[in-house]
Amino acid sequence: MNKIAYYPGCSGQGTSEEYDRSSRAICKALGIDLVDIPDWSCCGSTPAHTVNHVLSAALSARNLALVEGMGLDTVTTPCPSCLTNLRTAAHKMENPEFRAKVNALLDVPCTKTIEAQSVLQILTENVDMTLIKSRVVKPLTGIKIACYYGCIMNRPPELMRFDHHENPMAMDNIMTALGAEVVPYPLKVECCGASFGIARGDIVARLSGKLLDAGRRLGADAFVTACPLCQMNLDMRQGQINDALHENFKIPVFYYTQLLGYALGLDRADLGFEKLCVDPRLALGRIKQPAQAS
Amino acid sequence: MQIFDLATADLDFIAEVEARSHQNVKNCYQCGNCTAGCPYNFAYDYSVSQIMRLIQTGQKEAVLKSRSLWLCGSCQSCTTRCPNNIDVATIMDVCRHMAREQGYATERNVKLFSDAFLHSVEKHGRAYELGLMTEYMTRSGRVFTDVDLAPTVLMRGKLPFKPHPIQGREQVTRIFERFRKGGINE
Repeated sequence: MNKIAYYPGCSGQGTSEEYDRSSRAICKALGIDLVDIPDWSCCGSTPAHTVNHVLSAALSARNLALVEGMGLDTVTTPCPSCLTNLRTAAHKMENPEFRAKVNALLDVPCTKTIEAQSVLQILTENVDMTLIKSRVVKPLTGIKIACYYGCIMNRPPELMRFDHHENPMAMDNIMTALGAEVVPYPLKVECCGASFGIARGDIVARLSGKLLDAGRRLGADAFVTACPLCQMNLDMRQGQINDALHENFKIPVFYYTQLLGYALGLDRADLGFEKLCVDPRLALGRIKQPAQAS
Repeated sequence: MQIFDLATADLDFIAEVEARSHQNVKNCYQCGNCTAGCPYNFAYDYSVSQIMRLIQTGQKEAVLKSRSLWLCGSCQSCTTRCPNNIDVATIMDVCRHMAREQGYATERNVKLFSDAFLHSVEKHGRAYELGLMTEYMTRSGRVFTDVDLAPTVLMRGKLPFKPHPIQGREQVTRIFERFRKGGINE
């Protein structure tokens, strides 16, 4: 496969370091050639687009211009928030007037249209599921999983153009291929409370609490997510949610890349299970050991 | 029920929202789909469809002073489910831009968090999570925000103590400087 520029996003160096690490590891294992964008900068995340759309696009466009400078036309990122910003900037800059306003803020102009895709999309559309199945050495047999996509991986559909906006299946299909039992989780695209964890923790407790409750009612042993913010709200804030709602949730929340890497038998050091706040051992313990060949 | 005297409609406000969002707010026929799907509705003072109606009737003050603008999580449910293809989330975003420019911030801590995040990006080129938390706590006076998480976060090394400054951080700083000088409304 051709080389794809890789944009880790700021949280990949901090609160979601295990997502970055495991994304790189599975891409390498499945033959996807990622090339880091040299000296990438922040996309501005939610705060930038709530202040001004040209500013927000410029923060993303600096990175798109760097991809252009690498001679590549596609960039991939694990983070849906980065993805939305990169895609929105590229889309809006198809309008020459808007592109001129953005370029006026940049040292190096962005002149080409760069395609941004999530790592999940690259995996779904560029890797044959039979290849993934054939590479499984530790099937996830015995574990029940709720796949939670978060709100903006697939929405709005005209912009994201990947999977289904109400009932996405990309992670469900991967987890099923790995041998896990996927529960029919109805809140796949409901919002977890997004970036309000710090300013309005009460909102996150209510929205994320609802997500955890639905997973528990379906008997899920664990969640998988594809978003650093969703993972943080559901996992790191699970104790706060318990306090606020008088609950006792204790459900591990994995990145889908961690369980994919586990099933492919990748080095545990690349998967970062030790970074998870809710102890994942009980859930991992449900996975039945493959029968020894006699 | 609130009754609007249409003679009080601020027509310039309607035109500005439409121009900046590239949306036609007249297309909203108040079906309520946006409100039905909005996960934040419980925390709003006006529901999304009420905000749309307030814009249609030119109630500038009510819109720009509403808490809802600051509590929208940009989850895109309203935009995705609008039967008339109105990009409602962008309209919420644009109204928040206008509220900010005109000095309204009815959810002060939400604004302070955004500001702290962007200061961090302007200074380092990338978001520095520990630094922006410190700035947020200082400015908001909420010095105990998330301290309960400290042991977990520190034990797992989830928050690096130092920023990751990039070589091009001055380029990023210049993006912000040019933006402030440019008077850009979009």
